[in-house]
Amino acid sequence: MPPVIAHHLPRRAALARLGGIVLAALGGASLVACDKFAQATGQRAGFRGIDITGADYGRDFRLTDVDGRERTLADYRGKLVLLYFGFVQCPDVCPTALARAAEVKRLLGPDGDKLQVIFVTVDPDRDTPEMLRQYMAAFDPSFVALRGDTERLKATAAEFKVYYKQVPTGSSYTMDHTALSYVFDTQGRLRLVLRHEQTAQDYAHDLALLLRQPATARPA
Amino acid sequence: MKRMTLTLGAILLVSAAAHAQVTVSDAWVRGTVPQQKATGAFMHIAAEQDVRLIAGASPVAGVVEIHEMAMEGNVMKMRELKGGLPIAKGATAELKPGGYHVMLMDLKQALKGGEAVPVTLTFEDAASKKTFTRELMAPVKALGAATSAPHSGQHKH
Repeated sequence: MPPVIAHHLPRRAALARLGGIVLAALGGASLVACDKFAQATGQRAGFRGIDITGADYGRDFRLTDVDGRERTLADYRGKLVLLYFGFVQCPDVCPTALARAAEVKRLLGPDGDKLQVIFVTVDPDRDTPEMLRQYMAAFDPSFVALRGDTERLKATAAEFKVYYKQVPTGSSYTMDHTALSYVFDTQGRLRLVLRHEQTAQDYAHDLALLLRQPATARPA
Repeated sequence: MKRMTLTLGAILLVSAAAHAQVTVSDAWVRGTVPQQKATGAFMHIAAEQDVRLIAGASPVAGVVEIHEMAMEGNVMKMRELKGGLPIAKGATAELKPGGYHVMLMDLKQALKGGEAVPVTLTFEDAASKKTFTRELMAPVKALGAATSAPHSGQHKH
């Protein structure tokens, strides 16, 4: 629409339109203000996942990567960590979760480099380091897979309140398991739990929000 | 690629004409890495009669089962549908991530994106109890390829 036509609009319509713009601007300003307020007070508004800041579980893990190195949360300090428990022989939720994680990394744009995705196998008997390496590479070569022996896995799952169980099927077995994603901030504090039903956009939204919070913000 | 799609379409058309009871479309199999022994096949099955999908077979898999995935709380559970998957006359069953799938187990080889996997499905006609089979070639989607997200209802496009 050429701008000159706007002059012929009835005055009321023009005013209404102006009102709309002002409201939109105010809305934008108040959003920014909320965000600033949230930052200033350490309040965590607007997450689409479950805010579990200050939780007394999920504090750390000690597991082995595909190169045989022992890894703890401290190795990923400075990055957001998205932690997921799953297994390779999984036809549905695990590849969906990992494909989503790869999409989340893309959605974060330049900040994608600040995200470390970690996949902990709940099926270390079958998920060999080499299989895990190739499985991760299929989604994103930067994704890290960790495994532990039966005892380590048990302890890690207990620490994160994760359920897993072998269920016989066909000539083999499948795994029931908790399909949540745990998010640590760049300081290594467990902050959020995201559900399997949530979209890549939901995940990216929350991770971007966490990145915008000053590193010194203390949980309320 | 286009030619393959056309050929596939032709195969499906021919099989649909041979047995009018069901039409299978949009079939795909999730790719795997070497040593991986299980994956899922997904598809739409439209039924013109009351039928039940009771079994499957594929030369790439030692065992094929009809499975349902369900979230209970936040725990993923996957189970074989012991009685098969009933599909009502006029309905289309969607076998997709987050729901039903044809589970391919004891895989004999890694499945790479761009390949196609032969799958034979066995159905039972609810009225006559007669069984019939449907053969299809399901294209393999590379493991890391984006597939439909769970509950993508509000995020189409």
